[in-house]
Amino acid sequence: MTHLLEVRDLTIGLPQGADRPHAVDGISLHLDAGEILCIVGESGSGKSITANTIMGLLPRELPVLGGDILFEGERLLGLSAEALRSRRGRRMAMVFQEPMTALNPLMRVGDQIAEALAVHGRGGEARQKVPELLAAVNLPDPASIARMHPFRLSGGQRQRVMIAMALALEPALLIADEPTTALDVTTQMQILKLIREIQERRGMGVMFITHDFGVVAEIADRVAVMQYGRIVEQGPARDVLNAPQHPYTRALIAAVPHGRSTQGQAIRPAPVLEMKGVTKTYRRGGWFGAKVAVKAIHDADFVLNKGETLGLVGESGSGKSTLARCVVRLVEPEAGEILFHGEDLRPLSRQGWRPYRKRIQMVFQDPYASLNPRRKVGDAITEGPVAHGADPKEARRRAVELLELVKLDPSAIERYPHEFSGGQRQRIGLARALAMDPELLIADEPVSALDVSVQAQVLNLLAEIRQRLGLTLLFITHDLRVAAQICDRIAVMQRGAIVEQGPTASVFGAPRHGYTRALLDSIPGRSWTPPVSSELA
Amino acid sequence: MRIFWRNFSRNRGAVFGMVILVGVAMLALLAPVIFPGSPWDMVGAPFMPPGEMGLLLGSDSLGRDVAAGIAHGARVSLLVGAVSTAAALLIGVTLGAVAGYFGGIVDDLVMRFTEFFQTIPSFVLAILLVAIFTPTIGSIVFAIAIVSWPPVARVVRAEFLSLRSREFVQASEVLGKSRFSIVIGDILPNTLSPIVVLSSLMVASAILLESALSFLGLGDPNLMSWGFLIGSGRSVIRLAWWMSVFPGIAIFLTVLSLNLVGEGLSDALNPRLARNRGAKP
Repeated sequence: MTHLLEVRDLTIGLPQGADRPHAVDGISLHLDAGEILCIVGESGSGKSITANTIMGLLPRELPVLGGDILFEGERLLGLSAEALRSRRGRRMAMVFQEPMTALNPLMRVGDQIAEALAVHGRGGEARQKVPELLAAVNLPDPASIARMHPFRLSGGQRQRVMIAMALALEPALLIADEPTTALDVTTQMQILKLIREIQERRGMGVMFITHDFGVVAEIADRVAVMQYGRIVEQGPARDVLNAPQHPYTRALIAAVPHGRSTQGQAIRPAPVLEMKGVTKTYRRGGWFGAKVAVKAIHDADFVLNKGETLGLVGESGSGKSTLARCVVRLVEPEAGEILFHGEDLRPLSRQGWRPYRKRIQMVFQDPYASLNPRRKVGDAITEGPVAHGADPKEARRRAVELLELVKLDPSAIERYPHEFSGGQRQRIGLARALAMDPELLIADEPVSALDVSVQAQVLNLLAEIRQRLGLTLLFITHDLRVAAQICDRIAVMQRGAIVEQGPTASVFGAPRHGYTRALLDSIPGRSWTPPVSSELA
Repeated sequence: MRIFWRNFSRNRGAVFGMVILVGVAMLALLAPVIFPGSPWDMVGAPFMPPGEMGLLLGSDSLGRDVAAGIAHGARVSLLVGAVSTAAALLIGVTLGAVAGYFGGIVDDLVMRFTEFFQTIPSFVLAILLVAIFTPTIGSIVFAIAIVSWPPVARVVRAEFLSLRSREFVQASEVLGKSRFSIVIGDILPNTLSPIVVLSSLMVASAILLESALSFLGLGDPNLMSWGFLIGSGRSVIRLAWWMSVFPGIAIFLTVLSLNLVGEGLSDALNPRLARNRGAKP
């Protein structure tokens, strides 16, 4: 029996000076019609390169050194550019990660789909097929959407358009490269359901690339786990998820946020931070035309008690980051009270704020943007205390201690940020915040830019340090599994307002607000509980 | 730094430019040694073609050595180029940083002020300024600086606008650092590469501006400069072509090499771009 797609011993080289000789090293996998194969791995594992090779989209610097790719029984690697082109789009199609940039911004959505048909000589059917396709991906009012330019569509809608484009010629193989990673959790769920549904209806073979085991649990029939360019484990989804064989798979699954709360101690109510009636409105326009006002935050009152971790969860654009930035005055709200130990911080001047800078610190989201690339790690950590009058020598000694606390080598002090990985940089960012000896730490999506195993390390570190130093933590995240794991209490934000708050167990166990329920239902792989392996503590 | 040089030397044109530039600088430095005495002195008969009477590049209408004029002129040209660029950078970086960091109404005011200068043709303004302040080296440098700072302000403002919202700047803000130390210590060092590239091009255009002013007779009357040499040879170009051609070549080579170096710097300071360019055959 021939498979729809078969990859045999595929090896792809990397340019000299890379961290390993091969991007992909002798991988073999196959995919049958009517099946969803998930390729899972962390960033740099070679999963996207595999997909791009199948589509013939490999950059010239990466040569194919060996192996074969058979598609419908035909060798793809030897094909001419023209022969490959006639198969791309018609027999195999691809959906990319970034819906915001994958569409031509100057072309109407309908025309872009029609173009996909036209390049394979079926432009005549466009008038009738385009609305059909848009309807097939569950977009409301296909006729009017077809006439829109991409900027008028949301990320989820654009990704649907991309899928409609990929499906235009009814391909036998669909490759989806992290198609939901850039989307909000509720949208992600809709797109996953859509892919599953279309795949079942048309009997396509789908190769789905992801880093998220939750997504795997949601959608996969079979799973291939990649590490350093090799497939370390391959098999039916149920087996791989519930009884992983390879140590790397086990480690990855153990690192999936399990959503079981590790916190449990009773908190004596001693308010550290209290937000009352804080409002922030962004205004745009003026001079000509009507002013547009967007309420970024309203009705977002909460109390944070000493030693407690409050999780602020919500989708992008819900105002959770803006609210956190109000606390440290990176955003200045126009009304309300920000009470820190009973003292209102909002009306304070820049000078008046200075003493509080020591007591309230922040860890940022993007480990690549949050450290000054031209400043050594040691200077980054000591500059805060020094700016507040600490002795530079003393601050430096303390920086070494802090690096040890965040489990980095003290030699890091003399190096520049670009020499560190994302997870290490996030530890440096944490050390920088801790150097001020804060009482209140605000963590703005500190792990969302990290790979899952690194994410678990940073979360554990954060929990450990919080215990040890008795920090009060305001933790912002879009990932409910992470929130459930680390937070004592949860506040759910939607469109600038806190719609529900309470202890983690009751918010997640018995959600009262519809939006909270929708969020919880959208957690990928909710029905799957990662097996607890005793050897990986 | 080693990586910087490796990237820089990958661009052959930039290395060529660097060599020429070092040559011109040496010529300027050693001018009093190679051609002792004033370049204004008569050393031979007028209108001697190149090579005769021991004059390498010939003599002008008053019997002055053209080669000596070029060597001494290099001092003036490079000096004017460097000092006026430094002055323009001082104005441009300060205004651009203020506009970009504070934003809002401050940004509006500074940028309208900048546009005010940009709408006036720069050469006309330079002529006007030199004419008002009488032609001296000081007034020429001042005039060139005044007409060439607006692009710097715009570039620096744009960089500041994008860097200001970066998380590492916000982190400094949260650490409670003063505005001054955030601007100087955090943002400015990250804008250096475009400033360096831009300033190499500004030196080139300053040399051209100075030459053009001297050509029109608005140069410092006490200083020999390349523009003056061309200007004085203009009326006799059919009789003594060497009087304008050699200073012209000097200007051409210097400006060309500054542009090449500028491009090389921009490649070397932006390694990703340089590598892409290197990958193409």
